[in-house]
Amino acid sequence: MSFKITLSKITSKQNRALLRELVSTDFKLRYQGSVIGYAWSLLRPLMLFAILYVVFVQFLRLGRDISHFPIYLLLGIVLWSFFSEMTNQSLTSIVARGDLIRKIRIPRWIIVLSSSVAALINLGLNLVVVAVFMVIDGVNVPAAAPWFLLILLEIYVFALGMSFYLAAAFVKFRDLSHIWEVVLQGMFYVTPILYPLSLVTNETAQKIILLNPMAQAIQDARNVLVSSDTLTITEVFHSPLAWMIPAIICVGMFVFGLLYFKRESKYFAENL
Amino acid sequence: MAELSPIIEVKNVSKFFRLPHERISSVKSHVLGLFRRQSFETQKALQDVSFEIKPGEFFGIVGRNGSGKSTLLKMLAGIYMPTRGEIVINGRLTPFIELGVGFSPELTGRENVFLNGALLGFTRKEMDALYEDIVAFAELERFMDQKLKNYSSGMQVRLAFSIAIRARSDILLIDEVLAVGDLDFQKKCYSYFFDLKKRGQTVVLVSHDMSAIRKFCTKAALIHNSKVRKIGTPGEIADLYEDLNLKVAEQRIEIQNKDQKEVVKKRDGTGKATIESVETYDPKTGKARDSFTAKESIGVRMVCAAHDEIQKPALGFIFQDQADITVFATNTVDRKVTTRRVKKGERIVLEAVVDNVFTDGEYTITAAIEGEGFIEVYDRIKYLHTFIIGGHSLAHAKVHPGHELEISYQ
Repeated sequence: MSFKITLSKITSKQNRALLRELVSTDFKLRYQGSVIGYAWSLLRPLMLFAILYVVFVQFLRLGRDISHFPIYLLLGIVLWSFFSEMTNQSLTSIVARGDLIRKIRIPRWIIVLSSSVAALINLGLNLVVVAVFMVIDGVNVPAAAPWFLLILLEIYVFALGMSFYLAAAFVKFRDLSHIWEVVLQGMFYVTPILYPLSLVTNETAQKIILLNPMAQAIQDARNVLVSSDTLTITEVFHSPLAWMIPAIICVGMFVFGLLYFKRESKYFAENL
Repeated sequence: MAELSPIIEVKNVSKFFRLPHERISSVKSHVLGLFRRQSFETQKALQDVSFEIKPGEFFGIVGRNGSGKSTLLKMLAGIYMPTRGEIVINGRLTPFIELGVGFSPELTGRENVFLNGALLGFTRKEMDALYEDIVAFAELERFMDQKLKNYSSGMQVRLAFSIAIRARSDILLIDEVLAVGDLDFQKKCYSYFFDLKKRGQTVVLVSHDMSAIRKFCTKAALIHNSKVRKIGTPGEIADLYEDLNLKVAEQRIEIQNKDQKEVVKKRDGTGKATIESVETYDPKTGKARDSFTAKESIGVRMVCAAHDEIQKPALGFIFQDQADITVFATNTVDRKVTTRRVKKGERIVLEAVVDNVFTDGEYTITAAIEGEGFIEVYDRIKYLHTFIIGGHSLAHAKVHPGHELEISYQ
């Protein structure tokens, strides 16, 4: 009865079927009784984008030196929403599925994975919207665009590590949901989502900001998809290898989150 | 034939739960807790439990509430980890211990079937193939597109059971299914169990229902106070469990009887003579006791004291069951037992031995002493003493008179 996450286990037929059912149940339940249902997951970031666009682009006139700034802004918001949605949903996932955990033996990590898949599907739809806007706005997609997939992977791995940690820790510390809300809010402002990084004039501050994998990933994503005017980590650090720092943080977070989850998951049933 | 090697081995398993006196569930109390010694109790849910189950055995686990049997089942299912010891399972085991795990009231019956199926380890394809059978067995064809919250509880159980019995594995774990559902459903359960037994399926059944244990199990274990009290044949274990239940009930009754003697609730009469005590006893030894098994007669001893000179008093008592129905009544006049004149200060003792034809349950004794010809009630006390009867195999029948059965062929 050891707890090993091996690739063969993740891809076993039973686990795939279970993952699929959990994700579809999640979706059915979340939009239960709402009139436009699933459209909400598209509308939410779009409305947020509309507000931020009016305030930051029209009133405050930010990002004038960056081409396609509205798309730049939208992409940042979409990627950030994915991170915040995925971690928020994962945080409560184990506790919310307490009835399953106390009554049936299923791989616990599937529950966290299912909330991450739900967030991924949302991200995919939102990225379609971004693509539509890119076409409308006449963005010339740079040749480096395929790197975007690697950047998405980085964000996902970081968010997944975080999610495993949060989901397991929330079983014991119920204050965590409130703390995480504040942390996310803080991270939202220290990540250059609304403002161009060039607005931060202190170079040390720029460096510190970019050590956060989310900041680095969002900047790189903008750079490879939307506008080469984006300041990226290699430019700020003047080193092509600087991306390794957030990458290591990212992998470190994933390993830590997974190990913590693995240790704690043995006691979920009795601690819930 | 060579001995089969066990399919489940439970080796010296203990399970302790740490119960903090004040549950730490916020960071603040956790931080404060670092500076303060956190006090907690260790609850020993199971201690040093060992047994083996062989392939094809229908193994019963029996125990009172809180004895640790559910914890044991959860460890077998892999939901809890043992604190000490080891559980070795050589085969696939059903991962659930309850019917309808994960059922969501907001989903339709159909959606719930697929979700539940996935939880039990079925792929979508397998579920597609099984779906018709599941619905037909549950007899819910017309309701599958309705939300589960509109189902009656009986319908939900039927659906859950219908999915659960498809689970294929080497070992089935079943906890107390028979407690729910109507008679018709229980019949289905029974026929399913018989089927399992015929097929030689390995089953672990946890139940309070001794008739089910006797009927289906090939072996059973009694868990008492976190330990394995005995492993044996279902008959032995069921008897032991019933004795144990009777003993525990007896302790409770004893306390109740003591309390009752201090506060006499309903008493009336002129007081020329009073009832000093009423007790039940074992007719074989004469010793007082408050519980009787099916095979034992019930002795009743009633002691009265005269506070005045009284003529030929009549003594009597009745048994009442929990529904307050008089199941038995007797008195010296109707039984033609004559009494004489009793002097002031003298005691009069009535002893009766009653055939135990009563079914399992609690009974109270109401006793009275009255004057000659019932003209005057000297003393009458209601619900003065309580005793229990247990251990009937057909406990649903109200009375158990001695009888003989005979068969002949013509």
